[in-house]
Order: sequence, then C-alpha cells, then structure tokens
Amino acid sequence: MIIELTVNGERRSVQVDGWESLLWVLREQLGLPGSKPACEQGECGACSVILDGDLVCSCLVMAADAEAGTVVTVEGLGTAEDLHPVQAAFHAHGAVQCGFCTPGLVVAAAHLLEHARNPSMEDIREALSGNICRCTGYGSVLRAVASVVADREETP
Amino acid sequence: MTTSVGERRKVSGGVGEPVLRPDGIPKVTGAFEYVNDLHADGMLWAVTRRAHAAHARIVRLDTTAARTMPGVVDVITVDDVAGHRYQGQIVTDQPVLAEAEIRHWGEAVAVVAAETREQARRAAEAIDLELEALPAVTDLEAALEQGAIFRAITVRHGDQDRHGEVVVEGRYEVGIQDQAPLGTEAGLAVPDGVGGVDVWGPTQWTHVDRRQLAACLGLDESAVRVHSVGLGGAFGAREDLSVQTHLAMLALRTGRPVKMAFDRTESFAAHVKRHGAVMEYRHEADADGTLVRVDARLLLDSGAYHMTSDAVIANSAYFAVGPYRCETTSVDAWALRTNHPPAGAMRGFGANQPCFAAEAQMDRLAAALGMDPVELRLRNALGRGDTLPTTGQLIEYPLPTAEVIRSVAAIPLPDPEDRSDVRLLPGGTGRTTGRGHVRRGVGYAVGIKNLEFSEGFDDFAEAEVELTAAGAVIHTAAIEVGQGLVTALTQIARSALGIESVTVDFDHTGRIGSAGSTSASRQTQMSGGAVLRAAQAVRAAVLDRHGADDLTDEGVWRNGELVASLAAVVGDGPVAERVRFRHPGTDTPDEFGQGKLHVDFCVAAHRAIVDVDPELGLVRVVRIDTAQDVGRALNPLSVLGQIEGGIAQGMGLAIMEELVVDGGIVRNPTFTDYLLPTTLDMPDVEAVLVEEPSPWGPFGAKGFAELPTVSSTPAVVAALRAATGMALNRVPVRPQDIVGL
Repeated sequence: MIIELTVNGERRSVQVDGWESLLWVLREQLGLPGSKPACEQGECGACSVILDGDLVCSCLVMAADAEAGTVVTVEGLGTAEDLHPVQAAFHAHGAVQCGFCTPGLVVAAAHLLEHARNPSMEDIREALSGNICRCTGYGSVLRAVASVVADREETP
Repeated sequence: MTTSVGERRKVSGGVGEPVLRPDGIPKVTGAFEYVNDLHADGMLWAVTRRAHAAHARIVRLDTTAARTMPGVVDVITVDDVAGHRYQGQIVTDQPVLAEAEIRHWGEAVAVVAAETREQARRAAEAIDLELEALPAVTDLEAALEQGAIFRAITVRHGDQDRHGEVVVEGRYEVGIQDQAPLGTEAGLAVPDGVGGVDVWGPTQWTHVDRRQLAACLGLDESAVRVHSVGLGGAFGAREDLSVQTHLAMLALRTGRPVKMAFDRTESFAAHVKRHGAVMEYRHEADADGTLVRVDARLLLDSGAYHMTSDAVIANSAYFAVGPYRCETTSVDAWALRTNHPPAGAMRGFGANQPCFAAEAQMDRLAAALGMDPVELRLRNALGRGDTLPTTGQLIEYPLPTAEVIRSVAAIPLPDPEDRSDVRLLPGGTGRTTGRGHVRRGVGYAVGIKNLEFSEGFDDFAEAEVELTAAGAVIHTAAIEVGQGLVTALTQIARSALGIESVTVDFDHTGRIGSAGSTSASRQTQMSGGAVLRAAQAVRAAVLDRHGADDLTDEGVWRNGELVASLAAVVGDGPVAERVRFRHPGTDTPDEFGQGKLHVDFCVAAHRAIVDVDPELGLVRVVRIDTAQDVGRALNPLSVLGQIEGGIAQGMGLAIMEELVVDGGIVRNPTFTDYLLPTTLDMPDVEAVLVEEPSPWGPFGAKGFAELPTVSSTPAVVAALRAATGMALNRVPVRPQDIVGL
C-alpha cells in the first residue's frame, strides 16, 4: 500500500508492506537511518521518534498506522551546523560513546524538554528510563539534559 | 614577532584536556554510519538458519525447498566452505556452520541470500532441519569429571606448608552475563571482481578477522580486506567472528554484495558471553591481619567452543587473590567445555569472577579477625616492588592499590535520610515499600587486572603519522568501539607533534599493519604508544630537514621565524613515519604458573551504598564511589565516561543481568527478559582519579576501563550483605535471594 506522511517537515509518499514497522520504513525506504534498531520490542528506545507529538518507539508502530501522521526523527531535530540544544549538550558533556542509543536518547530528551519547563534530575531520570545506554552509565547523559534545563532558566 | 619556544609551545587539544569527540556531532544528528546502515547497489540480504537445541545430531539438513523460494539466490551449509571449516581466534574449533552436531543453543546451520530480507527469512525457515537430541553437558563439575577441559592452570606459589591462624572458606557462583551492545551484529561483504572480498562487520581486531576469513575462504590474506566501521558498542562481544565468514562466502559465490543484520534474539545467540563460574576459596591470615595463604578452585563455563577461553582462564587464575600480598597461593583453574553458548571476552576478561569471590572472602576474613574491612585491605595492599601472589613476578611499575583504597574511603558518605522522593526508594514509583522497611548497607571492593596481552604473546601495534599541508593524519587499524580512542590518539599526536590539526584515518587491513585487539585495556598504551613514537619521529624529521626548532600548524620555525609552511614542508617530499610498538616483553608460564607473565597492571577500588527492603527483596543502589588508577588521564571527560559506563555493567552483574540457561536452552534472549540498568537503576558515581604515571605508557597513561566493571560488582554485593546480613554468594543477587526463598 502507499501511505502519505510528513517526516521532518516534508510530505513523503511511500510504498509499504503491511508487516513493515515505521522504523524499517524510515531506515530502509525514506533514507533516514538515524533511528536505530536495537531490540525491536519497545524496550530500549533506540528507535524513538515523535509521532503526532507523542514519543513512540518506531519499532512498535506499523508503518501503515503512520498514514497522515507527522513524524520527527533525530535527523529533524537539528543539523551539524544548527544543533538542537539537546544535541549540542550531549556532544559537549561526553554523553556520546558508541552513539548507537544517542539518537533515541536525544529525541526522548528533546520531547521531555518540550513538555516540561523545569524538570528535576529525578524527572529527567524517569523520562529517559525507556532508553537503554550500554556505554555511558547515564551520568553524562543526565548532566547533558540538566545543563539544557539550567541554560533555559538563565535565559527566560 | 619573536617568542621563545617555551611560550608558544602549548598546542590546544593535547593530552590532559577534556577534548570532545570528532564523531560526536555526526552521532547526535544521526548521520554517523554504523555497520547496519551500510548499503551497496544490487546487494542481497542474508538470513541465518539456527538450531535451538543444546546438543543434537543433525539427522537431515535439506535446502532444496529453500533454494526454490522466491528471490533466493544462494544457500550455504558447511559443505560450501572452500577452505578451513573451522574458525577461532586462539584455537580454530568453531565450525563455520554446524557440521554433524549442534553443540549449543543458537548454533548457525545454514545461510540464505535473497533479493530481500523477508524473502531470505522465509527461505531460511523453509530449510528442512531434523535434529536428534543428545545428552547435554550443563554442569561444571560434570564437565570437569568428563575431562571436557579447554585449558587447566595450576598455580603453586610459596611454601605450601604455610598456614594462618584465622581461616575463612566459601563457595561462590557467577551467572552468565551478556555484553548486550546496543548495536546487534550486522555486516556487508562486497566482492572485488577479481576473486577477493571487502568485509565490513563488527570487530575489535580486523587483522585477526582477516586471518580467520582468509583461511576459511581458501584465499590469500591479501585478497581479504577487513574494514573499520561504526559499531554499536563491543565490550568483548566483537572479538570473535559473527557475520563475517558467511557474508564473505555468499559475496564470493554470488558475485554480489551481501548484507546481514541480526535481531536482538539472534544477537544473543551469535556472540560470546561472560563465563559463568563456580569458585571455592579458602583464605588464611595471621592474627594481625596479614594474609598468608589463599587456596582457590575455579571452574569457568566456556560453553561449546574455545573462543578466547584459554586467555580468560589465565586471568581468572592469576588474579584469583586480588591486589594483595600473600606468601602462599594454590590455584586450580579450568576452562570447561559445556553445551552452553560459547563464552569469551567481556570487559574484565576473567578477572571479574574471582574478584567477586575473593573480595567476599576478604570481608569474611575481616569479620573473623575483628578488623575493619578497609584496614584489612590496606594492610595487605599490593604495590610496586611487591610480588604478584600467584605468578610470583615483581610488580615493576606503579600500582597504587593502597592509594585507591584510601581515596575511596575518604569520599564522604551520602545523607542516610535522603528518601524524600518515592522514586528514591527501592521499588521506585511502584511504592511497594515503606520507608521504615528500608535498610542501608555500605560495601567495599578492590580489583586488579593485567594490561595488554600476557603469557609471552608477541603483542604489538602499528600506526603511521603522516604530515599533510592541512596538518597530520594518523593511520591505524585499531578499532574505535566508542571508548574514545579517536580522541586519545589525536591528543597524543597533537602533544607530540605540536600541531593541532590532527585527524584519524581508520584504515582497512590492506593499508596498514595490525594494531592488535581493542581489548585488554591495551589501545591507549599500544596504539597510543605507536602514535606517540611516530609523531615524535615526524617532528624530528621535519625539524632536521629544515634546520628548524619548532613545528606548528603554520609550519616550521627557526629562532621564532616561520621558515616553511606545512604545504612547503610536504611539497619537498612526503613526511610519514610508521611505527610498530611493542610493550616490554612477557614470559610463558612454567608448570606452576610462575614467571613474568604480565607486563603491567591496573587497580581500582569501589564503595557501594545501597538501600534494601529485605522483606520484598527490592534494591536501590544509592551511589557508587570509586578511586581509579589511570596512570595519567589523557582525557578526563572520556575517563569519567568509561568509569561510569563500566560501573553500570558491574552493577548489572551484581543485581540484574543474567542469561538464564535451562538445560542448555537460553530462556531470556530479549531486552524484555534480560534486564539492563536504566536511568532509574544507575546511581550517581563519585570518582577520584589516582594519577601515578606509567613509566612506559604515552604521557604516563594506563589503560584502565575494565576495572570499573571488575570491582563494582563485589562492592554492590558487599553492601547488600551489610544491609541484610545474608551470605549472597551468587551474582546476580535476585529478589528471591534477599527474601530467602
């Protein structure tokens, strides 16, 4: 079937099979490999995207269900020249090692900061608890997100 | 403008600075290319057919139906292996594809290549495979009794009649841990059209992959090029081949590029595990707390094939006592063949299991002596000039065991009343516990491990530093697994050259010699050592050629005057130096495990603070403190990242992570059932870096990043014992262990 959706601000039309996940279609059909397949069971968050304003695991969304939807992936958050504040903070705080979980964590953190003005460290921990990172032990990730919150407080 | 050499010479981004990763920005934007992101025009997809029996005879393997399925281009079995039918890094005993028997759950039997991944998957399912179950060896004592031994090590050191006045004994077990790198195994092989092949796959050592691939493909090594590519983590899981041989076979047979990518369950099947272990210990001390004798009996579960077990068991045997002086030791250690998934490398590489047991023994010894556990450890702390209590070798280089113990003990403890937020209670937002039920415990542990390869292995790393008009380029085959080698090498080259503009070219096996494995905590010192010497040689050659006294990004200088730009320097002829660096040599062991078997060591101390609800078995790790021997921190940001990440894996083994294998069948090969620490499980870490420079590491640096995993596990369990008063002789500690079910 052919579905139409908006991905990172762009209208896209794509031929999909009924069994294909949004993750597969993003990576293999739409040329957006930033979202990562790591567990494909909704446990690790490496494939996190924002679908119609909700943070979802794109491995658990059938591509067909994204028909007429609006999707934001890690590629849509910022570019190398114009990083999203969360992306800049991850880089600056050493929150990136192998980097495989990073796109999902960046999307989840950006989603949190869109919906919570001043999250506490425990709020940040809770919001990111669906994203598994095997390299960092999360310390640098939490410091990165907290730094974005602190920067926002300084510039109301 | 004239400035003195001393004033101008401080290159930015050199050693000691928190330099940011050059791959950080592509990783945060999603642009960084991992092996699973690779595509090639006209590529096929491959899918593996696996057998999910612990031990079985193959009665029938018929691929006829699969070959006629839509889109199928090729199907391979072991009969299609053109060269050597076995692979393996140390001992080649793993069949490229199963031969007549299945020896572990998940063993690969056949591989299909088809036009689409779905077509390959359906055809792999259509392969007719009939198995007849055979008895499975799943018990370590039974394996030992049957003589199913990959390697046995006997250590006898000191006067075997020496005994102490105070004795403690214990039996300990370690469950099987998985590295669980976030990136699953994936790969791409592309035929070169003239009989050779290019391979991109998950690896920690491209040259050892090339050796095995060439042998199995029946090709000269020069016809196989193994490339460096982005991995989603490694932690030991990439030391052995996974997708590479099958992909290369299919690419050569079909003449087309072939890609493969595993899902999580297949990933659990396809890479080695940390060895499960059973360990019996007897510690003896004099009444003043001097450790005088340790007897240990160590059984490690190697699973079905050798993989790197022969080296892992050596670490278990030689680090059986921990970082303590001890006159007399007696260690018997075996790497045992079972019908469990093959075990191999995981962060700590055999040092973790005995550390868990021996540190529990030290706490019990302290209790029996009526001594403080920290005091007991300090009294026996191993240092430079002492003798490693197992191998009997002199500790030649700095080993700040006492310093790491003192440093971690000096960190102030957290407020015991800080339970205001329910999310800070054991059980978290489930609110299954009440504050009044929570008990706090504090526990210590200290770990030691070797650096680099041991036991006489010819251990070297090659690297080249090339000067260009734009700066310097490092050429290396070393693998950046995420740990930050790319910044470490860059910083070393900057400081040695005086040039800030340095990039790293991770070359394939056809372009540069082996860097050795990215394992054994070795690349900072080994590839770093090669880069340091190559950079020094480049600088010396350029200064000599131009009669100059300094080199910067602008060019070469004499008496404060720029005499030639970098473009002019390289215009006179290429400037590149290639160095093959070897660490000070080691010996092979004698029959009692004696000799200078290791070149150098690293130590760390951990202190865990836990809150426990003993009625429900719920645990919250409140904080983990550490003091870490690093030689010199080349990049404090990377160092902290390695410490925190390593501790998360050690804590995982302590309370969460176990591959459940029942009768040889893996029961939890998903992230739903194999539990990994999340942001709600992982505590804050307080880290102290202990810097006693290595005399032979680049700028004093040591490799260290395995230690955070090694002794964090026993520290967490020590804290649980302190909180509950229970023995807890097995990791991971499960709720039912704490409740006493």
